[in-house]
Amino acid sequence: MSFPLLTVTAALPALGAVATAAVPAARRTAAKWLALVVSLATLALAITVLVRFDPGGARYQLTESHAWIADFGVRYELGVDGIGVALVALTALLIPFIILAGWHDADPLETGSRRWRPTQGFFALILAVEAMVVLSFEATDVFLFYIFFEAMLIPMYFLIGGFGDRAHEHGEETASTQRSYAAVKFLLYNLVGGLIMLAAVIGLYVVAGNFSLQEIAHARATGSLHMATSTERWLFLGFFFAFAVKAPLWPLHTWLPNAMQESTAPVAVLITAVVDKVGTFAMLRFCLGLFPEASKWATPVILVLALISILYGALLAVGQRDIKRLVAYASISHFGFIIMGIFAMTSQGQSGATLYMVNHGLSTAALLLVVGFLISRRGSRLIADYGGVQKVAPVLAGTFLIGGLATLSLPGLAPFVSEFLVLVGTFTRYPAIGIVATLGIVLAALYVLVLYQRTMTGPVKPQVSAMPDLRVRELVVVAPLIALLIFLGVYPKPVTDIVNPAVKQTMSDVHKKDPKPEVEAAK
Amino acid sequence: MSTAAVHSLWTNAADPIAKIGAPKIEYGQLSPTLIVLGAALVGVLVEAFVPRKSRYYAQVFVSVVALCAAFAAVVALASDGYGTTKAHIAAMGAIAVDGPSLFLQGTILLAALVGLFTFAERRLDPAAHGNRVDSFAAQAASVPGSDSEQAAVKAGFTTTEVFPLLLFAVGGMLVFPSANDLLTLFVALEVFSLPLYLLCALARRKRLMSQEAAVKYFLLGAFASAFTLFGIALLYGYAGSVSYGRIAQVVDGTVTGIDPALADTMGSDALLLIGGAMIVMGLLFKVGAVPFHMWTPDVYQGAPTPVTGFMAAATKVAAFGALLRLLYVVLPGMRWDWRPVMWAVAIITMLGGAIVAITQTDIKRLLAYSSIAHAGFILAGVIATSKDGVSSVLFYLAGYSFVTIGAFAVVTLVRDAGGEATHLSKWAGLGRRSPLVAAVFAVFLLAFAGIPLTSGFAGKFAVFKAAADGGAAPLVVIGVISSAIAAFFYIRVIVLMFFSEPKPEGPTVAVPSPLTMVAIGVGVAVTLVLGVAPQYFLDLASQAGVFVR
Repeated sequence: MSFPLLTVTAALPALGAVATAAVPAARRTAAKWLALVVSLATLALAITVLVRFDPGGARYQLTESHAWIADFGVRYELGVDGIGVALVALTALLIPFIILAGWHDADPLETGSRRWRPTQGFFALILAVEAMVVLSFEATDVFLFYIFFEAMLIPMYFLIGGFGDRAHEHGEETASTQRSYAAVKFLLYNLVGGLIMLAAVIGLYVVAGNFSLQEIAHARATGSLHMATSTERWLFLGFFFAFAVKAPLWPLHTWLPNAMQESTAPVAVLITAVVDKVGTFAMLRFCLGLFPEASKWATPVILVLALISILYGALLAVGQRDIKRLVAYASISHFGFIIMGIFAMTSQGQSGATLYMVNHGLSTAALLLVVGFLISRRGSRLIADYGGVQKVAPVLAGTFLIGGLATLSLPGLAPFVSEFLVLVGTFTRYPAIGIVATLGIVLAALYVLVLYQRTMTGPVKPQVSAMPDLRVRELVVVAPLIALLIFLGVYPKPVTDIVNPAVKQTMSDVHKKDPKPEVEAAK
Repeated sequence: MSTAAVHSLWTNAADPIAKIGAPKIEYGQLSPTLIVLGAALVGVLVEAFVPRKSRYYAQVFVSVVALCAAFAAVVALASDGYGTTKAHIAAMGAIAVDGPSLFLQGTILLAALVGLFTFAERRLDPAAHGNRVDSFAAQAASVPGSDSEQAAVKAGFTTTEVFPLLLFAVGGMLVFPSANDLLTLFVALEVFSLPLYLLCALARRKRLMSQEAAVKYFLLGAFASAFTLFGIALLYGYAGSVSYGRIAQVVDGTVTGIDPALADTMGSDALLLIGGAMIVMGLLFKVGAVPFHMWTPDVYQGAPTPVTGFMAAATKVAAFGALLRLLYVVLPGMRWDWRPVMWAVAIITMLGGAIVAITQTDIKRLLAYSSIAHAGFILAGVIATSKDGVSSVLFYLAGYSFVTIGAFAVVTLVRDAGGEATHLSKWAGLGRRSPLVAAVFAVFLLAFAGIPLTSGFAGKFAVFKAAADGGAAPLVVIGVISSAIAAFFYIRVIVLMFFSEPKPEGPTVAVPSPLTMVAIGVGVAVTLVLGVAPQYFLDLASQAGVFVR
């Protein structure tokens, strides 16, 4: 038996979480370092996975398969395709930055009970989320995926509800009420989505008798498994609902602004750049892979919803007064692009969408983490409380600008390539939707540049005048992300090489070929 | 009844008495029940003859040994193959020794053992006049607030009778799911109910509430028993027998030889339908299904918390066992009649329990309504009418009972000056003050909510899968919706514990003796093991999924 690389990649952060949680209350710093080292080791493992993955090889690689719960037809099956590899790498890459950025976020204000250890808990929860997210990217068994898809809500919930920004305009009591409101909203939305998916998972078992992605796909291809059209559609809707809540897609998005607003910046990054990706990833792998016909049937509606997400998110972002809420609505707009790319059913669209997942992770992380640094200095999330920051903290303002420009998909930065691909991919099949979606880019320029203008330029506000510039720790967090954004903006080939073969296979799952305009013209 | 029929009754009864031989009783196969009931009698003798000071230790010793021995006997029977190949009907047709019986008896015995540990806990209440006391009244007969009560407390009395009462209840519960005729069923029902009524009245604190709970439980329980008994009479009229196998034959129409005394009424569908419905009603009462659930919140709240935990777990196991056997062995032939009714009951139970629980402000009442919702989930598995349905229900019950006992054991720990602090507002900020206790309780709540990697999820998946396989897909969807509603109030408690600021005059968490720690530890361990690696237990449940007829 070969070395279970994928299992180890997920098990390491899981064990690290347990170890971090077990660090004694007084040894706070040790816990932080332990978490950081574990996350870096996980990154090393993820890079090994990336290197060992052969883009031209079999669809699912580094596979592992063990019996688990035979009674439910469940196997412990792992395997990664190009899309999974890219997202595992993204997750493992972002976690060390999240940990570093949140270095002081969970230092206890007052010493509560002798056994109250918020710092250890914070970092342990982050590692637990990493383990579950990595496993859900790797699972090729629907049930196994479902378990981690649901279970990751619990650590996320504690991260949102238990830790918030230090300073708050209305005092700690209100802040804690709002935080628990946001956490409960997050959990209930996702739990309801997940439970509806559970009904569909059970339905899938009744129809197929097992949960293996490959076996079901094989059985459907050879015709030994027949699914009635209505059954397939119901099951598809059950799955899609859960993923659309997680992604989030309009009109199921309302938990995201609350959750991102109330949580600390690193946790907000964890939500939008890492956890939400599981939703879009699962649409590609499970919705299209298991229910190709139903996916095609639902495409028009989903494209319209995605389009609404793009425009609605962007419009609301323009009107926000709270910086984190603004980024949240911008993310909703971007998730609209990703979902549009997936359901455009063209290889450009899907490559673009996958690339977008990676790039959105990087750009949002860069922007949000800088926003977090900014907020921690001033103690306010309101745009109106800032002004003229670039004069007192030029490096902070500069990194903020680059993060913002990446968010608005400036050519030369990574998100541009993916947004372009998504739009081209959509346009070839659905020209009208492609054209309207372009409006989203214009609005993005508006909300990013206005945000920059209001906070960074203009006269220096008195409360901002003493603001220190980025510290070394903060630079270590931001600089690599910006370097990557620029590198992938100029040279996206390393990612597209890995992603493209997997996208081709997904396209063949749904029996779709790219439209060929000249052939249709010849008809 | 016609005169001819009466005549034949006479002549039958007048048959030579010499024909009646000695009954053949398979003592070995009944040993689990016999051990427990025997130990209960020993417990009564201990009460009578052992000096007061050493009674507690003697009682705990007798009870633990008896439960362990009975469990060993169950395991021995199961490994002998009585659960599968050698399954048969023992004791002249009164008791079925088969897979479901043994599985449920094992579950009841383990749950009772863990429950016993919480009964025996004596470190939580502050010592009264230098004597360690448990959760039970100093002297049950003394009027609350009277001088005699104070005298009893001062003398350091404790109600050690709870241990034999527990054993009697367990004995009845062991027979209940394995009863193979209606009279045995009824006797078992009474044998386990009466001690429970008494136990409910024995709380050391808030005695009036406890006695009120006991009276409510007793009155409503007596009604339910009466219904059951009436139903049994009607079914006897229908089938001319109280034996499960015989009634099933009459239902199927494969019966040979009709008793002339009953020729008039036999095979009358009205008797069957009304009688069957009445018996099922009695069982649904014990299970706590809507609309027979009214007693649950009051009794759960008023009873001493260790009793509540034991009752919530073990009664449910026993009653669902009996319900399964009744529906699968006696009435499978008329499942087209009872399935729609059970559908309706399952739906209102799931939804009713989950919705009403949202408004609760007392942790014990909240858990009571949660147990109602869970009864609904289990009913979904019962309705599947398949082997999978049986084994999923068995698995669910095993997982559920340990979560329940563990959760109520945690409730006993959170205390203020007035005893247990069960009002939810007092639990605010518990996670800050005692992270470990709060985390353990959160694990139990997540298991109740059915979050993956806990036993609650595996169980819920099993019953819903069986239900969907059995063609009850709408039931699964409603189950999923009520799970979502239920998740809301479980999460509310977690929010309260972890995200709310602690109140300055909030309760303290008592440090228990190893007994309660074991009870809680077993609860957590079973919850996680059944959640992460359920295969072995699912195998066990699916081997045990066949009723002997």
